[in-house]
Amino acid sequence: MSVIPDRAAPLDTPPGASARPDSRRIRLGARAAQEAGQNSAGPNSAGQNSAGPDSARPDSARPDEAIRISEVSKTFGRGPAAVVALDRVSLSAAPGEFVCLIGASGCGKSTLLSLVAGLDRPTSGGIATNGNRVALMFQEPALFPWLTATRNIELALRATGVSRAERRERAAELLELVHLGGFGGKRPHELSGGMRQRVALARALGQEADVLLMDEPFGALDAMTRDLLHEVLEGLWRRRGLTVLFVTHEVREAVRLGDRVVLLSSRPGRVIGDFKVDLDRPRGMDSANTVDLAIKIKAQLREEVIRHGS
Amino acid sequence: MAVDTSAHGTPPTETPAAAIAGLDNLDLVQVTPRRRLPEKIWVAAWPKLLALAIVLGLWELVYLSGWKSPAVFPGPATVLPDLWGQAHHTLLWSAIGTTMKRAVIGFGLALIIGSCIGALVSRIAPLRAAVGSLITGLQTMPSIAWFPFAIIFFGLNTSAILFVIVLGAAPSIANGLIAGVDYTPPLLLRAGKTMGLRRIALYRHLILPASLPTYVAGLKQGWAFAWRSLMAGELLVIIANTSSIGVLLSNDQDQTDMPGAISIMIVILLLGIMVDGLFNIADGRIRRRWGLADPASAR
Repeated sequence: MSVIPDRAAPLDTPPGASARPDSRRIRLGARAAQEAGQNSAGPNSAGQNSAGPDSARPDSARPDEAIRISEVSKTFGRGPAAVVALDRVSLSAAPGEFVCLIGASGCGKSTLLSLVAGLDRPTSGGIATNGNRVALMFQEPALFPWLTATRNIELALRATGVSRAERRERAAELLELVHLGGFGGKRPHELSGGMRQRVALARALGQEADVLLMDEPFGALDAMTRDLLHEVLEGLWRRRGLTVLFVTHEVREAVRLGDRVVLLSSRPGRVIGDFKVDLDRPRGMDSANTVDLAIKIKAQLREEVIRHGS
Repeated sequence: MAVDTSAHGTPPTETPAAAIAGLDNLDLVQVTPRRRLPEKIWVAAWPKLLALAIVLGLWELVYLSGWKSPAVFPGPATVLPDLWGQAHHTLLWSAIGTTMKRAVIGFGLALIIGSCIGALVSRIAPLRAAVGSLITGLQTMPSIAWFPFAIIFFGLNTSAILFVIVLGAAPSIANGLIAGVDYTPPLLLRAGKTMGLRRIALYRHLILPASLPTYVAGLKQGWAFAWRSLMAGELLVIIANTSSIGVLLSNDQDQTDMPGAISIMIVILLLGIMVDGLFNIADGRIRRRWGLADPASAR
């Protein structure tokens, strides 16, 4: 992770302007290790299922991988009614890489993110996060409605282990980062959809995450707000060296943002394509290059959907 | 705004800040300004005053029709001066004091017991299977049916009354909390868990605040049950040498003092409305905080 600049410096402050206490970095390290243990949950650590003993020890990620998803399957239900949501999905993301996951309905995109976030356990296979902290963002902002924007972020900071004295200041910095400087005192219902989603982004950043999982985060926003949030996200991603797994069903959005676009098949979800996006940033959603690549990917996506029609 | 200080050395191409600020200003609709206090009071008061006038008018009409003799059915012109007179005696106020003290103690006990039971039952699945429906059953059971038991068990004293208040109110409070916990939005639970909230922290920072509106609704219903149980109790459990609202009402019955009885009933009604008002204020605050109330319709 040493290749990533600016990781240890406080948000949006020049390196060295205000050093973070060393003890915290150590504590974070311990926490991250714990987290990794939690996330790399094989079936045997769940104390159920009858997968072989070799799957008890999920392969750990190589140092040049922020996330490694190996042969992950997820089945919901049992017997003939069981639905295979994910079928031996393997995928990895390098530190600082922006990976977009795309697929038609039922490709298990959201399931995959839940697994990586540790909200659910894979039926088989392993997920290693290489000691990185993971934050998850949803299509809905999922802010706590009884807390102001500042308090929402402070709660995430608190859960991360930031001291009380530091929280207020950090929350204000995070709000600045998402251009919501003056809105800390507002409650979610007093903000617009785009503003709420930015608070959610700030909250995710407040979790000291190295890996940001985003589940169609801008799907419910109007086009102009979404375009602006693309710029905000891209800036933050670059500046903070985040690794991003971004799920979307909008191909152009994936091409606009991703270093790679990974195509998943539907029912069961499986990786069927991996496109490298070699376009200069910043990209426009409507620029010719973006559209060209999007058309190519869309064609394959369409084939996949047609396959389910026959 | 945010200046790029990245070690990448890549300057931001064009800051979206200005466009974002513009959109934000367009998005934020100014909420209707708050009314001034006198205006607020008037807006809240006039429909109630009108309703009161209509009730008094109908009452007077029935009285004037001569349907019942004035001794059995006195008009407002007899009752209201009687109430006014009682309001100048310490007897009524000490009775109100006794009754409200019981109400507060009884409701307080119900609050503690109901909340504890609710917290446990919402958390422990087998316990819920065991007593969940029992709690609802208790809630529907008329509290007056408990008095023979309470009087034999505790004797004719305050404990018997408090016991029945608790039985009346605690199930509603417990159910309110259980429902609140059950209806914590799953998405918020997921968000809380990804943030790293676990166990007690999850309860304290997410589940309890999320269940607050439903819990307060349960408290309000619990209060209604407590107040009814208390009135029934004070009429049934007459304790020597204490004056309470129930005792005054009972005395009026013994002396066939209809104006007195109606006066006390008005007092009971007013007390109930006042406490209900307090709950409504709490409820309104929470709703506004949560964004559940439409600011345009909230006057």
